[in-house]
Amino acid sequence: MTAAASPAIHCVELSKHFGRTVALAGLTMTVPRGEVFGFLGPNGAGKTTAVKLLLGLLAPTGGEGWVLGQPIGDIPTRRRVGYQPELFRYQPWLTGREVLRLHCELARLPRSAWPEEIDRVLTLVGLRDRDGDRVRTYSKGMQQRLGIAVSLLGSPELIFLDEPTSALDPVGRYDVRQLIHHLRQRGTAVFLNSHLLTEVEMVCDRVAMVDRGRVIATGTLDELLAGQSCRIRVTGLDARQRQSVRAYGEMDDDGEWLLVRGLEPERVPDLVAELVRLGGRVHAVEPRHQTLEDRFLQLLSSGR
Amino acid sequence: MPDLAPVLTFARLTMWEASRRKLLLAVLVLTVLVVGATGWGFSEIAHTNGPGGQPLGEVQVRLIASQTLILVTFLFAAVLALMSVLVAAPSISGDVESNIVLALLARPVRRSELVLGKWLGLAALVVMYTAGSAILELAVVDIATGYVPPRPVELMVYVAAIGLVLTTLALMLSTRLAGMTAAIIPLICYFVGWVGGILGGIGQAIGNNGLIAAGVVSRLLLPTDGLWRAAVYAMEPASVVAGLRAAGPLNAANPFAVSDGPAVPFLLWTALWFLVMVGLTLWSFRRREI
Repeated sequence: MTAAASPAIHCVELSKHFGRTVALAGLTMTVPRGEVFGFLGPNGAGKTTAVKLLLGLLAPTGGEGWVLGQPIGDIPTRRRVGYQPELFRYQPWLTGREVLRLHCELARLPRSAWPEEIDRVLTLVGLRDRDGDRVRTYSKGMQQRLGIAVSLLGSPELIFLDEPTSALDPVGRYDVRQLIHHLRQRGTAVFLNSHLLTEVEMVCDRVAMVDRGRVIATGTLDELLAGQSCRIRVTGLDARQRQSVRAYGEMDDDGEWLLVRGLEPERVPDLVAELVRLGGRVHAVEPRHQTLEDRFLQLLSSGR
Repeated sequence: MPDLAPVLTFARLTMWEASRRKLLLAVLVLTVLVVGATGWGFSEIAHTNGPGGQPLGEVQVRLIASQTLILVTFLFAAVLALMSVLVAAPSISGDVESNIVLALLARPVRRSELVLGKWLGLAALVVMYTAGSAILELAVVDIATGYVPPRPVELMVYVAAIGLVLTTLALMLSTRLAGMTAAIIPLICYFVGWVGGILGGIGQAIGNNGLIAAGVVSRLLLPTDGLWRAAVYAMEPASVVAGLRAAGPLNAANPFAVSDGPAVPFLLWTALWFLVMVGLTLWSFRRREI
């Protein structure tokens, strides 16, 4: 496998123990290049630990991993990787522009390219007008924007964003989603750590769900959600008639709404036709009603 | 192997922080005030009539100036010790606790480069402060009294070394302990080392091997007291040294009167102490979970 063709991230049974505490039990996953990958899990699931291991900030207790085709912790590879930590904090006594200059220097970007590169990332995160102010005077949201700007320096091939919208208002969140779309268009792989499921649903191509340090589900959003269920509001049928469509899937009936789980999308029209044939009046059909949140909670409860 | 470029970047960042946080300005203003005050004191010594109503002779002025300079240097060394510790102790622990370190170490840099850069930046601050304040003070004393200590360069080297020992120890502790704890431990060691040196001197004066051994051990664990005595020796005119030697071991306990220069094995040990301590710092921070 050549480095260029290798996935953005690949790890096998990556684990981390802090004394007796198991932060990550054995993470196995592959993140393709150029995709937006959502890494989901409840608090304490090991998401941030996983990011730190992949960046080489922590040494794994066991397992192996490769980032952009190189073993994790490889120093030169970090030139091609960006990172915004979950608990972002930058030198309060520097100005925003000085923080970015420091990171340009540490990232070994050619000095002549710094001003242009710094202007570019400042514009992307909307901090252009405050770049000369000390970080100490920034609001939390502005510091988060600065953190995202730092991660964008040098146009890395892979960017880790650990809860990148935790301090942002709705406008800021929208901006970050647009930014992630922009990165995807440029072919940048984005590893998005988040517990904001609706947000992940909006931007990610593929997700992995983790719980207690293990991946409990992984795949594209369609694979995880599509056809999983359909909600239909139907009247004019008696209980026996309503129950007769059980063959289509596991069913919940509240007398008005029918929730059918495990239904392939192609079979939704068949189910509706069947209900109409029985004499039912169909008022609403909501295929793929299940959200990432439903699926997530379902997976969590079944795994515990 | 650590790369020089990031080491220098981190060193510059450390010095920049001291400057931006107004530490350099505060220290500069206070130092100039103190040097000015001591300059007034020294000129009083040179221009005051003695008990007989006659101006003091040149020999007397030199003697009084040399002894006063030792006391003033003691003050500078103590202030330097405090500053070194207070600046170095939160240096790594603060960055780890605030998570500033995460974004830095995710760059193509090694942890060792961060540690060496911090050490280099702090060491440069200690050396700059020592050299600057010493040159200023010695010039003022020279102008006021005409007295220049016999070995001014050695004096600066040994005083700076006291600051460097404490900086190095505090930085090592800073890889594991919170800033406050990492500051208090070196300061306690510094004062205990000072008392240990006096006890060792008492042992020499009364011929007690246990006390002598305690003095040696404390000097090996933390070389600050030995370095202070080397600095005192660099400030003593030949006549003072001759008098102390004639008096025999009775003066050994006096931390302001030293009859012999530092032994070469002690200086070699001090160099080794630095190497071991920096090595320990690198090892400790490499294994720190962040």
